Amino acid sequence: MSPAEKIEIKQRSETAPEPVIDSLATIRDMVSACIQCGTCTGSCPNAFAMDLTPRQLWYNVLMGEKETIFHSKTFSLCSVCYCCTLRCPRGLPLTETMSALKQIAAKENLAPYKKSIQFYKSFMESVRRHGRVREMEFMTLYFLSMKNPFMLLKFAPLGMKLMGKGKVSFEFPSKGNGALESIFRKVEELEQR
Amino acid sequence: MKYLYYPGCSLEGTALEYNASTQTFMQELEVDLLELKDWTCCGASAAEATSYLLSLALPAYILAMAEEMDGTKEILVPCSACYLNLKKVEEKSRKDPELLDKINTILKEKKLHFHGQVRVRHLLDVVARDIGPAKIFSRVKNPFIDLKIAPYYGCQCLRPYSIFDDPEEPRSMEPLIEAVGAKIHPWNMGGRCCGASHMTTKPEVALELVTAILKAARGADAIVTVCPMCQMNLEAYQKKICGKSKEDLRMTILYLPQFLGLAMGLSEQDLRLDLNLSVTKEFRNKL
Repeated sequence: MSPAEKIEIKQRSETAPEPVIDSLATIRDMVSACIQCGTCTGSCPNAFAMDLTPRQLWYNVLMGEKETIFHSKTFSLCSVCYCCTLRCPRGLPLTETMSALKQIAAKENLAPYKKSIQFYKSFMESVRRHGRVREMEFMTLYFLSMKNPFMLLKFAPLGMKLMGKGKVSFEFPSKGNGALESIFRKVEELEQR
Repeated sequence: MKYLYYPGCSLEGTALEYNASTQTFMQELEVDLLELKDWTCCGASAAEATSYLLSLALPAYILAMAEEMDGTKEILVPCSACYLNLKKVEEKSRKDPELLDKINTILKEKKLHFHGQVRVRHLLDVVARDIGPAKIFSRVKNPFIDLKIAPYYGCQCLRPYSIFDDPEEPRSMEPLIEAVGAKIHPWNMGGRCCGASHMTTKPEVALELVTAILKAARGADAIVTVCPMCQMNLEAYQKKICGKSKEDLRMTILYLPQFLGLAMGLSEQDLRLDLNLSVTKEFRNKL
């Protein structure tokens, strides 16, 4: 590996662990036919909030600029609307590429994406425990993981409204029946191979 | 007509009225829904953001359970996020035998095998193509000639798999809305993104998207939706949006089976209109 291939993720470690580098190569393959036309950028409803446009993100993926990619907000701003995938003249799986980048960030617990990562992981934790998501448990796990009591206050009005309608009910996180435990475990096992 | 029925987690929680109205509406039209026994979560948008394999294994487990059921091989799904997750496995496993093998290695843990024999159908697909506007027209008791409706499709029932509608300019709801006498609000926001779960993690971005949708809906009497996530984003933050934009952007937001059901004479109680977060006084006066 050349020094240029190493990525520094400052909040975590000097260089990225091997898996990041491996999976980035797969991701590069997903967009290798990109012609930099920018149709993705023009189609993206969230482009206005991104630091790199989707087209610029693909360029950085092609160039292996891990430092830039994993300090950019761009992939975490993808709301999975599939407009770019639908319109890409090269037929590239762009939405899936965004998700593949989210998956690396989640696996490596990269600090810049903490909010989204904890949100998704709290959701999956509730699903793993009970087979179905329990909204209040999921949100409680999320607030606890963010260690920020003000967040709870921000969501309280909607939470109260939903409770008033009987749509969600208060519950402490619990162990559950482990309905999906075996599937989660097998997936983890296969992914480590 | 008979379908397997996968309600999904939202329909037991924040979208209770979508579940109730779908079931009442289908019953009224003599469509049998056989709810999947012991169904589990499809992974929503969270699985895909954490693990690719998990995002396919969870819906594959559901489809494998569906294959075990007798009676029909079509599974009706009202939630667009669930629909896409299930559809994705149906499509990908058909084209990629290696992936199918991998999925089945995982499902072995549950002593199940996925053969790829079920067909995943969105509620809108079934209402628009199997039931159709003519049948709905014949059941109308309460025509809504004074109403103008903005059909909102969102993303995931349209893209990336364009099964029953044009993913760029969706129209499939229009004949249904017209069948109950209402007019279509002309707009091009029907397939625009509502921001999905950004509303929780990046509200400033999602609020911008929803504001644009509500502004474009001005002049309509209601927006009709076919997804719990879209419904929640469009209805729950209106006060905040009105305050920020200093405009009156309040809008009634209904699920499609609620709207069609009202015209068919089903009661507000059966359709659980009491659970919606935004039904305006102006709209109620027109009913």
